[in-house]
Amino acid sequence: MVEPLLKVVDLVQHFRISQGFFRVPKIVRAVDGVNLEIHPGKTLGLVGESGCGKSTLARSIIRLYRPTSGKVLFQGSDLAQQEGDALLRTRQNIQMVFQDPHSSLNPRMTIFEIIREPLDIYVRRGLLKMNRGQIEKRVLELMDHVGLSHRWSNRYPHEFSGGQRQRVGIARALALSPKLILADEPVSSLDVSIQAQILNLIKTIRREYQQSYLFISHDLAVVQHICDTVAVMYLGVIVEKAPARELARRPLHPYSQALYSAAPIPDPIKERARRRIILQGDVPSPVSERVGCYFHDRCPHRMPRCQVEKPQLQEVEPGRSVACFLYDKGKSEPR
Amino acid sequence: MMTDEIILEVKNLSTYFHTEQGQVKAVDHVSFVLRDGETLGIVGESGSGKTVLNLSILRLLPSSVTVHAGGQILYRGRDMMSLNESELQQIRGNKISMIFQDPMTSLNPYMKVCDQLMETLILHQGLDKKTAKEKSVELIKHVGIPDPKIRAEQYPHQFSGGMRQRVMIAMALSCKPDILIADEPTTALDVTIQAQILDLIRELTREMKTSVILITHDLGVVAGICDTVAVMYAGRIVEYGTVDEIFSNPRHPYTQGLIQSVPRLDGSSDHELFSIPGSPPSLVNLPAGCHFQPRCSKAMPICAEKYPPEIVNGNHRCCCWLWHRGEDRG
Repeated sequence: MVEPLLKVVDLVQHFRISQGFFRVPKIVRAVDGVNLEIHPGKTLGLVGESGCGKSTLARSIIRLYRPTSGKVLFQGSDLAQQEGDALLRTRQNIQMVFQDPHSSLNPRMTIFEIIREPLDIYVRRGLLKMNRGQIEKRVLELMDHVGLSHRWSNRYPHEFSGGQRQRVGIARALALSPKLILADEPVSSLDVSIQAQILNLIKTIRREYQQSYLFISHDLAVVQHICDTVAVMYLGVIVEKAPARELARRPLHPYSQALYSAAPIPDPIKERARRRIILQGDVPSPVSERVGCYFHDRCPHRMPRCQVEKPQLQEVEPGRSVACFLYDKGKSEPR
Repeated sequence: MMTDEIILEVKNLSTYFHTEQGQVKAVDHVSFVLRDGETLGIVGESGSGKTVLNLSILRLLPSSVTVHAGGQILYRGRDMMSLNESELQQIRGNKISMIFQDPMTSLNPYMKVCDQLMETLILHQGLDKKTAKEKSVELIKHVGIPDPKIRAEQYPHQFSGGMRQRVMIAMALSCKPDILIADEPTTALDVTIQAQILDLIRELTREMKTSVILITHDLGVVAGICDTVAVMYAGRIVEYGTVDEIFSNPRHPYTQGLIQSVPRLDGSSDHELFSIPGSPPSLVNLPAGCHFQPRCSKAMPICAEKYPPEIVNGNHRCCCWLWHRGEDRG
């Protein structure tokens, strides 16, 4: 068994929101005990609806937030406990691509400066040995990789379209040759024809650099296209984890079933033949403390047990786990 | 169900804007018909003119920025272009109503939900306050919002995105309009909520025999809900046909590219996605001839010279030189 590159153990990320001086602060349970592993060269997809904690999870992993509890083990060392240069040294291997290429690029820097900034920072801190010429050569090389013309080096982000801006964001993330990239909805703000270009680019780069990805998206078809394994998140917990194709073909958790049945397929004949599972109500607020299965109030299969006991993620088939009382350990057929 | 009666006919509609960079041809020579009970999908990428087209139909664009608005919009035979403001008021919100992408910006944050619904009912149906109030609670219930009496007294910010869109639908359908224009009604929503809202639109419009124009960039949504589809590129309709025709036998290279570039849940992930090179053109500086020609893999010399004529094949229309003289060269 190969050691996982990243191992997240019981990660909890709570935020306190103050309600005023005399009130007891409320707690938003954004991530509520997540375990996951990413193996070298593999891509893990993370799907779920807005507010389920996907982005928070990625930000906690890379330590943009300080996790409330739990461990983030990157090649064995715990990121959650690191500080200063040690943290920077680990982060050299974990980089992030953000959803919105408008707000994640500094409008006052040229794209050349944006892409070289991570290199500059590491050189300045003495964590990387490169001279000026080498840095410039590296930046131009990165621009080639992501399909940006050298002529555009001195342009500013506003002169580019959304797709090209996302290429800049990807080049910046690649600058330090990381082993793991956290991509938070990298194609969601793009038009269909541009989305396909960026997805193909990510696939090519992944092959060349042999990187691992955590790929967050709300678009199930995109995730199934690009990921090896997919984890489904609901209200801060992972309810199902399975190989991408298996999950799309036969989701097991009632929430995954509803999610996959709701995703439209661009084929009128197939659409007419499909039966949708329409969930009642909205996603509950992550503020209240919840008992039992987090999904029980919207679940079409709920049992009395679901309201009091929280199901744990357990393996039902090799490589597939579900957190639901409908399934017994080692069995992927509901009882 | 769809009948043959035409309720809306758009003929050669053009809407140009005047900007500092020059004239923007947002909608250029667009024609289509909408039949009674039909759901027409208008697909295209951002900037293709979908929204401007529909704002033009309702004449919601300020005349100060619109340079040239040519063509006709015939609603039940009456030309919307020749109506004055008060005649338009009789149609807008009453016979033709609209729902927008972002329900937060289209609801008044200072007004209770029931007051906003009552406004429409009092204005268009001449109901008194008491009846209008009863009717609005009924409408809120009808669109599937639980506790309608309590919810009616609340403000938009107390509603979730999906619930706000339900309020918008209630408002749009309160006068049983002939036509509902839905501009990206589910784009801001999650998939499970999207499924709920599309279901609601489908059910209610069928019940009221309302025709729908659905503007979207999501081909999956179109496949699930529409009868006919118009594909827009750079301000023009490049292909038009029934949903089955468009998806099983797309003729325009842009439509073909669009369909192939969407990853599919039921597809395999081994292949590289098809992608259309380049990006959509700027509407200020459109390429000569066919606007898609610089990105088209099948471009011929003539494509850069003249805009292709519309090739009609039964109910399927396509603007592309490939199909000129009926030759099957696609």
